Amino acid sequence: MKEAAARAPLTAQNYKSGYKPIWCPGCGDYSVLSSVTKALAMVQVPPEDVVVVSGIGCSSRIPAYTTCYGFHGVHGRALAAATGLKVARPDLTVLVAGGDGDGYSIGGNHFLHACRRNVDLTYIVMDNHVYGMTKGQPSPTTEPDWDSKLSPGGTGVRSFHPLVIALASGANFVARAFSGDPNGTAAIIAQAIRHPGFSFVEVLSPCVTFRPDQREWKEMAHPAPVTATDDPARAARRIMTDDGFNIGVLYAGKRKPYAAVTGKPRATVADLEAEFEQ
Amino acid sequence: MSPKTRTTSAAKAKTAQSAPTMRTKPKGAKQAASPAKPPRAARAAGKAPRTLDEFMREALVMEIDAAQRYTEFADAMETHNNLEVAALFRKMAGIEGKHAEQIMAEMGWTAMPPPAAGASWAGFEAPETAPGDEVHYLMQPYHALELALANEQRAERFFARLARAATTTTVRKAARELQEEEREHVELVRAWMKKVPKPDADWANDPDPPAYTD
Repeated sequence: MKEAAARAPLTAQNYKSGYKPIWCPGCGDYSVLSSVTKALAMVQVPPEDVVVVSGIGCSSRIPAYTTCYGFHGVHGRALAAATGLKVARPDLTVLVAGGDGDGYSIGGNHFLHACRRNVDLTYIVMDNHVYGMTKGQPSPTTEPDWDSKLSPGGTGVRSFHPLVIALASGANFVARAFSGDPNGTAAIIAQAIRHPGFSFVEVLSPCVTFRPDQREWKEMAHPAPVTATDDPARAARRIMTDDGFNIGVLYAGKRKPYAAVTGKPRATVADLEAEFEQ
Repeated sequence: MSPKTRTTSAAKAKTAQSAPTMRTKPKGAKQAASPAKPPRAARAAGKAPRTLDEFMREALVMEIDAAQRYTEFADAMETHNNLEVAALFRKMAGIEGKHAEQIMAEMGWTAMPPPAAGASWAGFEAPETAPGDEVHYLMQPYHALELALANEQRAERFFARLARAATTTTVRKAARELQEEEREHVELVRAWMKKVPKPDADWANDPDPPAYTD
């Protein structure tokens, strides 16, 4: 990450593109977009040194709304693309964004291994517990008893717990934020960007169209009563026993980020071919 | 809208150039609905800034955040082809933005000052910021004004509380002045609301709703 250059300080406005979001009015993702731009202004990385990579879904439209480089990629594969990019271009600040369906269902396997690899990425998941773009199907984080026409009586399936999964898989920074707290979310994202290794920020971002019940989240979210720990066991206990609405950095670890192997290859292609010919 | 000043006498005294700036009034408006309960997050508030500088930095954040939220609403309404409400939100954003500029000028700030260490308001967002989820793609100007009214009322209550909690005369006086200004905004928004039609009971009915599965 390149820190502030000798030019006028960048503001959040410098990271906003001229494209207007097409999210539903009232969607939490508007605030998350605002938080991302504010966070980038906090760390003062020039837009041309930032890449926002996303998958598919409402929230994955976010790269177009920034002035950074962007890659609106394949469903569930944002982390794979971002990992390759960061390893090839470690000088860039790489943010990955998406939703709970994209990241925890079709992209669930990539999520586990991105945490495990600990490449220096910041992964922001806008979690609304539903597939909004495709009209309201239950997602991995949907409550088992959420009743709708598409899931009569609820799915009866236990919800995915992304924070503890991330922690157990090796993520070096785990936080929960809330779109109703845009300034606090910006501060958490900025901290995530600065923290080395794989940083995971789960943002509770209500879907007012398919989950109007989530309007209650603003009454339920509250700052975490304790500061971040670097002890994964303690963090796991906190995350597993909290009410799901603790907002803040819950774990900030000390794992060394993945570093790409550098140096000259020990064998040429010709050497390898020669081995096959033997 | 009638032009009004929004300048605390203390702030005027602080800067040499402080000719009172004229501000166009009506800041926001908000939801007629009953004021939202404060989130659990912030019930602790009860403090007040100790210096005028801290106080005005908080006031600046309030204006900037309010303007930004109105801009988001305006963009969303434009995208959903609700142009009349979009124009109204855009206007509110402009007004709040001018208020922010005026505070900067009054305080002699040429760049955004660092935020005060800890806000005095309860909840995650500043009192004048409209909750992000209190909009609807079919909303009408009356609803937008209801929203603005609630924002102004929250701001008035906020400054009233700060005036009570202030530990210095300067801050108390400034808070009283801004409270009075917010009260005037409340009256202005109410006057606006009398000029726009009240929505029918079925205003949100959409024959082709996005949530057709429910």
